Parts: sequence; structure tokens; C-alpha cells
Amino acid sequence: MSIEQTLNHYSSLSAGLAGESLPWLQAMRQEALALFADRGFPTLRDEDWRYTKLSVLDKTRFETVPQALADPDLLSAYQLEEAYHLVMVNGHFSPELSDGLPASVNGSSLRQALLQQPDQVAEYLGKALPASEHGLITFNNAWFNDGIWLEVGKSQVLDKPIQILHLVTSAQALAATRNIFILHPHAKVEIIETYVGTASSSLTVSINECFLGADAELKLAKLQAEPEKAVHFGGSYVKQARSSRFKHQNFAFGAQIARTDIHTDLFQAAECQLDGLYVAGQRQHLDTLTRINHLQAHGISREFYKGVLDDNARGVFQGRVVVAQDAQKTDSEMNNRNLLLSANAEIDSKPQLEIYADDVKCSHGMTVGQLDEKSMFYLQSRAIDQEAARDLLTFAFANEMVEKVEHTGFKALLHQQLLQRFPAIHL
Amino acid sequence: MLSIQNLHASVGDKPILKGLSLEIAPGEVHAIMGPNGAGKSTLSHVLSGKSGYTVTAGSVTYQGKDLLDMEPEIRAREGVFLAFQYPVEIPGVSNIYLLKAALNAVRKHKGLPEVDAMDFLTLVKDKVKLLQMDEKFLYRAVNEGFSGGEKKRNEILQAAILEPNLCILDETDSGLDIDALRIVSEGVNSLRSPDRAFLMITHYQRLLDYIKPDVVHVLADGRIVKTGGPELALELEEKGYSWLEG
Repeated sequence: MSIEQTLNHYSSLSAGLAGESLPWLQAMRQEALALFADRGFPTLRDEDWRYTKLSVLDKTRFETVPQALADPDLLSAYQLEEAYHLVMVNGHFSPELSDGLPASVNGSSLRQALLQQPDQVAEYLGKALPASEHGLITFNNAWFNDGIWLEVGKSQVLDKPIQILHLVTSAQALAATRNIFILHPHAKVEIIETYVGTASSSLTVSINECFLGADAELKLAKLQAEPEKAVHFGGSYVKQARSSRFKHQNFAFGAQIARTDIHTDLFQAAECQLDGLYVAGQRQHLDTLTRINHLQAHGISREFYKGVLDDNARGVFQGRVVVAQDAQKTDSEMNNRNLLLSANAEIDSKPQLEIYADDVKCSHGMTVGQLDEKSMFYLQSRAIDQEAARDLLTFAFANEMVEKVEHTGFKALLHQQLLQRFPAIHL
Repeated sequence: MLSIQNLHASVGDKPILKGLSLEIAPGEVHAIMGPNGAGKSTLSHVLSGKSGYTVTAGSVTYQGKDLLDMEPEIRAREGVFLAFQYPVEIPGVSNIYLLKAALNAVRKHKGLPEVDAMDFLTLVKDKVKLLQMDEKFLYRAVNEGFSGGEKKRNEILQAAILEPNLCILDETDSGLDIDALRIVSEGVNSLRSPDRAFLMITHYQRLLDYIKPDVVHVLADGRIVKTGGPELALELEEKGYSWLEG
């Protein structure tokens, strides 16, 4: 399909998009359509996409599908105990499957928020987003159809995490969602995103805009375990006011092609910690791009990503830290460690530092390695066969990231997901 | 139990073992002593199946089978245990997991069912006590951050759980202070039995004060140059190795 055909196809699906009666939103969508008409989906010519080929998006016409019922087994396999659940099915919010939220949170579907409190939404929607950055952001701006709106009041602390389950259950489904998380000063909340499904093929384009007030704390975790033919784009764009803390944990296990973008803007003394793990096998392609912008002084950022690439899989890690001229006393560390298990696996890792201030402490590092022969022999000499030793050491390498997760149920789910990849381990 | 005949082994093009022969019967404790570079560690590595060594001549028969034909894990399952000179740290794998996985692999090989979880815990705690280790070690990553003495005790703990037929102790005394040496030796002595053999590889005589060998061999330049009783070790301690060479 040409860009024009793609544009026409998705525009033909756009009757009844969320907030269609709102002029400001219409204007935003028109602007996005014009941008998309010009550039289409990202291509290898875009610097930030040079390792990730999205030609499948030009070949497949994904469809908006009516909200189908979620398979109860799918839901129960991923629904965590000790959490509030918000469920999206094929890109539509499902009130029947979702829990009520405590009074300290103003939460609803984005579609409903656009009907009931459009002025509040207008204050935030699109405000954390680099709208012209690339074609999937543009795509989302043009065609997002629902999502989650969460506003946590000043000094409110949630007693348990909110789990947002994004389920894709229909073949060829398009799930284009926009989620807005607002934490007023001193608020504290934990959100766990779970992207899973049963669809034979699907396209998810999900964007989070996060606004952290002064001294607020957002812990955002993401599990992407979509089916093997899925195409996934998930972006989190974060504004961090003074002394706020943003902690992101990113687990990419599924999909055929998946990309996660994380951008965060840190103002005075804000802190962020980005941890992640990608485990890819077969012909999977898992891509992560992070951008940490230190805009003001005394910010702290920590980033630690691990990757395991097997078979013909390819991993991409692009981590950029930008320290603005005013961001003196910035303290930043970035590390990316990769395990290549096959001669045909590939990792493209690009840690980047751009520093415009003169009094900062920044470091970054990257490693690519194979399994340690000494450890392999040690395990074999303890009666463990080669395959199990390989799986065990790989699991141990990856599991370090899972061990950082605090929520017991989520950690157990991640363990289970990871162990599925290493069948030679018997616990 | 173990019969080594005219064993030649090299690393790359360099011959290290040059016609080593040795017979060990069940219940016996043999010590192999020798100067640095004599081939002591090569012998333990060749017996346990570490890669990087080429056997160019000779044979090793273990319980009537060709040992050199077995993968390292099969040797372990058949009852050959190597206590490493430098035990490897394995971050992310707990000690107790490794012990259980290893024991079950051995049991499966013998056609036995997996060990019952409660029985296993009782067994492990019993052996931990024997080696005067803290139970906390069970839940820590294998050897990670362990002191030299703790690592060696951990090796003997593994042997105590796996109950091998042939135990190769590679420089088990190296890096141990006198208290740790005593504890490790007591652990080894408790494993001595009429059906179990030991091959102790050591540079110094002091280990042999704690673990009494039946036979002492001197290895020099890839060959056994002298074999005798425990008194040979004392003689070596007194005279050094130089009188045997040349």
C-alpha cells in the first residue's frame, strides 16, 4: 500500500472515533493526518528507526473490530491479584471486565473522559508528546479510539497497583489507544501494563502520556507478551516536575516486531530509573528506544537494560541521555548488557550521551557476550546436561531484571513467562 | 574402580601428560603430589571432561567403561565428582536449586524417582550441619561472594549430597586457613567408605595430615615417577621435589 492507500484505509475506519465532536481534538487529528500523508509509517531512513523495518504495516490492512468478549482463560492467566484491573479489549475499554477505582482516583476510559470532562482532558492530551517525532505517534494521534484516563489527586497514595490489561483477541485487529496518567503533587501510584492476546495477527499502537507533579512518584511496569505474529508499538512520554520520581520496568517477550519508546523530561531534582529486559528468539525483532532529557539541575537517572537474543532474533537498544546546559549536577548512568546465544542472532546497541552542561557525572556502557564456558562446565560437572545448563545460565542472566520487581503477583507472572522460554529448566 | 593406562594428553600442541598410569580400587584414598607444571590439574580436567584437552594416547576405564567417551554430565551421573580448585560463581542460580537439580539428574540416570521435597530438605540440612555451614548459604547464588573456605566447603557439600563413587579433589587445600582446612577435611573423611575412592591432587603435604591417604604418587613432567605409602609425602615435604627430577 502507498501512504495514500494506508491513509484512506484507516480514515475509512474512523467513523465514531473518541471525542469526534470536540473541535480542538479534530484540529489535532487533522494535523496528524496531514503529517501522516506526508511521511507515513517510519522507515529505515528515519535515524531512530534505522534498525527496525516496518514494511509489514504497508502490506497488511488492520481493522478496527468491535469489542469482542475476552477469552476468560486469557484474562485469568494474566489478571494479577492485589491490583485494580482496567481491561481494554481490541482497543476498547471494557467496563464489564474492569474494577471500580478508589475515590482518590479520577479514572475512566478516555472516550468517557472526553465526553464528561473534555476541558480537563484538553489540558493534557498531546502535551507530553513529540507529535511530529515519527509516524506511529502521528498514527496514534490521528486514529486513537479509546484508552485510559487516570488522575490521582494531590498527596493521594494508592494502596495497590492498577493493572491495565490490553487484550487483542480478533485477527487483523487494530488497537490504537491513548492513556493519560496524571499525578498531582506528592501522589504515588503504581501501574502495570500487560499487553497480551490470542489474535493470529494484530497491530497495537498504544501511547501513554504521563504527567508527574512535584514530588510525585509513578512506577510504571510493562509486560509485552503478545502472540507471535503481532506488531506492537508502545510509547511512554513523561513530564517530571521538580523532585518527582519515575520508575519504569519494561519486559518485552512477545510479538513478531515490537518497539517501545520511553521519553522522559526531568525538571529540577527529578529522578528516573528505567529497567528493562528483552528476550527474543526465532525471527522476533524487539526494539527499545529511550530518551532521558535532563532539563534542569540535580536530576538523577539510572538505566539498566538486559537482552537475550537467540535463533535469528534481533534486538535493538537505543538509549540517549541529553543533559541540557542548565542541568548542572546531573547524575546519570546507563548500562546495556546483551547475551547472544546464536550465530544468527543480532543486537544493535547504541548508548548515547549528549552533554551541554559542564558539572555533571554521566556514564554509559554496553556489553555483548556469550555464555561463560567455565560456568557451563561447572554445571555439567554437576550432572546438568548441556541444554539445561545453557537454559539455566540464560534464565539466571535474564532473571536479574525480574528479581527487581516488587509486586509478588507480577513477579510470579514474569517468572512463569520467562521459564516458558527455557524448557530445559525443571524447578 | 579407575584404571588409567599410559595416558597422554596435550593442550594445543603442548604435551602435558606423557604416559600416566594409575589404578585405584574402591575404598582407597590416593594422593597425587607434584611440583607446579607437572600436570596435576590437567589430570583432574581430563578425568572430569573439561574441553580444551586432547587425549593423544592411552585409556581411562572407570567401572569397566570408557570414561573418556562420556560427556562431563554423564561422568557426573555415573558417579565421578570433581571438587574444583577454583569453584565457579554462578550469579542468579541458588545453591539449593543446583543441589536439587544435580541430585535429580543423578537419580534419573540411575532410574530412581525425583527426590521428595521434604526428604531433600532434611538431607541438605543434615549435610550443611556436617560442614558447619550456615543454612543461609543454601539460598545464596552458587559461590557468589563466598570466601575461599566457603567455596571449598560448598564443593564438599555437593559431594556429600551427590554421593559419588570417585571423588577427585583438585588442590582442595589451596587458599584455606587451618580451621577451614580442618572442617573441609572432616567433611571429606566423613565421606570415606569401602565403595568410594578418592583422588587427592595437592601440592603440599599438609592436607594429608588431615586426610590420610593409602597411596601417594609423585607426578613429574606428566608421569608418575614414584609411588609409595603416606611416608612418601613426608619425605617430599622434607626434601622437596627436585631430588625426583632429572
